[in-house]
Amino acid sequence: MTTDIMQVLSTYISTQILKQPARIILPDEHLLSNGLVDSFHLVDLSIFIEKTFNVLIDDTELNRDTFDSLAQLAAIIKSRM
Amino acid sequence: MNTVAEKLLRLYETQPHSVVLHLLLSQEPDKTITYSDLIHGAANYSIGLKNAGIKPGEVVVLILQHGEDLVYGFFGAILNGSIPAIMPFLTEKLSPEQYRHSLIALIEITRPTAVITYPEFLGEVQLAIKPGSSVRKILISDRIISQSDISSSIFEGGLQRTPQDIVLLQHSSGTTGLQKGVALSHQAVFNQLDSYARTIGLDTSDVIVSWLPLYHDMGLIAGFILPILSNVPLVLLSPFDWVRAPAKLFQAVNKYHGSLSWLPNFAYNFCAQKIRPRELEGIDLSSLRAVSNCSEPMYWKSHQMFLERFQPYGLNPRALATCYAMAENVFAVSQGGINHPITIDRISQRGLLVDRVAYPSRNGEEYINMLSAGFPIDNTHVRILNPQQDQVAERHLGEIAISSDCMLTGYYNRPDLNDRAFHEGWYLTGDLGYLADGELYVTGRKKDLIIVGGKNIYPQDLENLASEVKGVHPGRVVAFGIPNEVTGTEDVVIIAEVDDDFAGYPDINLEDSPDCSRIKEEIRLRVTRGSDIALRYVRVVKRGWLIKTSSGKVARGSNRERYLAELTAD
Repeated sequence: MTTDIMQVLSTYISTQILKQPARIILPDEHLLSNGLVDSFHLVDLSIFIEKTFNVLIDDTELNRDTFDSLAQLAAIIKSRM
Repeated sequence: MNTVAEKLLRLYETQPHSVVLHLLLSQEPDKTITYSDLIHGAANYSIGLKNAGIKPGEVVVLILQHGEDLVYGFFGAILNGSIPAIMPFLTEKLSPEQYRHSLIALIEITRPTAVITYPEFLGEVQLAIKPGSSVRKILISDRIISQSDISSSIFEGGLQRTPQDIVLLQHSSGTTGLQKGVALSHQAVFNQLDSYARTIGLDTSDVIVSWLPLYHDMGLIAGFILPILSNVPLVLLSPFDWVRAPAKLFQAVNKYHGSLSWLPNFAYNFCAQKIRPRELEGIDLSSLRAVSNCSEPMYWKSHQMFLERFQPYGLNPRALATCYAMAENVFAVSQGGINHPITIDRISQRGLLVDRVAYPSRNGEEYINMLSAGFPIDNTHVRILNPQQDQVAERHLGEIAISSDCMLTGYYNRPDLNDRAFHEGWYLTGDLGYLADGELYVTGRKKDLIIVGGKNIYPQDLENLASEVKGVHPGRVVAFGIPNEVTGTEDVVIIAEVDDDFAGYPDINLEDSPDCSRIKEEIRLRVTRGSDIALRYVRVVKRGWLIKTSSGKVARGSNRERYLAELTAD
């Protein structure tokens, strides 16, 4: 299930944020500290997660201390589903 | 009240309990600060600087996040007679090496004698201070001692300053921006504040709400110094919090009955698109009398989007306002939308692009809705100049030149730039525009500057970063901005020529080859981690693709046009 969540997130980030549909994001790749998800897109990501998984990510959690990879983000989503 | 220190101390003496600031930080209760709190908080920093031997007229660099320490450190430096310069704080994605590089660039030119920062950042600052550096002291925010009593002798450094002395430095970002500090005098700041306050009809019943960064002129002047020196309450949010929860701006307006706010154009789109309906439940925006669009190209569509989204919450359509501003004039050059609705000039697209004249569009002709940046404020004169620097006729496009009594003293320690910035006493802005019926319209830029989300980005900084990537031919890189209607700001594009090793690749396959994919990815990463932008659009081309000038330099404008033409052809 975590793999499915990661897949959905990866597709969203590569198509909607990076605008590079072919880009594959590895589970441990740094999302925030490498700027793959820049600050202008953090809200988009949290709105997408809310709509897709019915899981709330608070704005105070949108930082690399909470998650910085697909694996970490998927784990948070899974724990709240 | 000829200096900022005198003005602040007078406000403190006459209305110590008047609220000057509501500080709204995520995960903390709202904090209310009076003039008395402000002067006491700032005095601690003044004493710290004074005890460290930091003298009036010396530059103090502040490396602090948006919050109380930054507010007190800034005014504490001024009350000591020192010159504060706010350095943007390290962001999550910025590489520490790049940040250090920027800090070294700043220190080298500005020659500060003190830096104020957090204990956890001390090591980083020390690494940027080389032997023989101008920096004599690093003050740590949590080691600043709280004084219970303050006597006027504490502020003698600040009170010695004259109106012509420099009060602060304002930088834009990146290595280039940090080496180009705009030095402003006390008198220039007051002349701007007086004129601008008259223009917008500022009075003590106003409440200013701002999330803007304080290292930027719009945030520092309109969203910080203007209210604090005018006895107008300021509700201050952090840009870090706002970008993660844009609704906080509207919640703050609702709670504190905010009447004035300034936003870069992208924020109109951002707020319209990224706020959940539940975050606006019960919000009343009817107290807003002016929301001024400022600091990047303004789009009519962005205003429409903003209005449609927020009118149901009481936003008055008459609150939409525009402003053209620059640090070199302290802040505003012109302002629109205060006494009259913003003028929308429907001009012929062909006239603008081909004839370089902003003709009103005739029936059926392709048109552009230009938002007026309003009339020049009453202490500032505006002229439009042709390339020979002669004034052009009404509605003709040219470079915007300004003259005022609030111009910069100069670029700090950069006499080389000062000579080039003026022509016969007129400051050459590098922006293009036209005048019609006394109102100013900004149409583009002559200078190769990119503005992303209101922040000035120098293309040479991005090109230098991309040039470091292995496989890229050094110096054969170009960076430019292209407008994006959806985000309301510019997207950055980088085109890089690859080394001769790729000569054998058929043209069609070059971009998709594994080596080029690696190069593109590395350029994206290096530029994203080395600058304020997140780079998305990279093209890799063969040697010889880029158009060069007669002197062999990469021509940014021509390459931008070629890129756009090829994009349209696709």
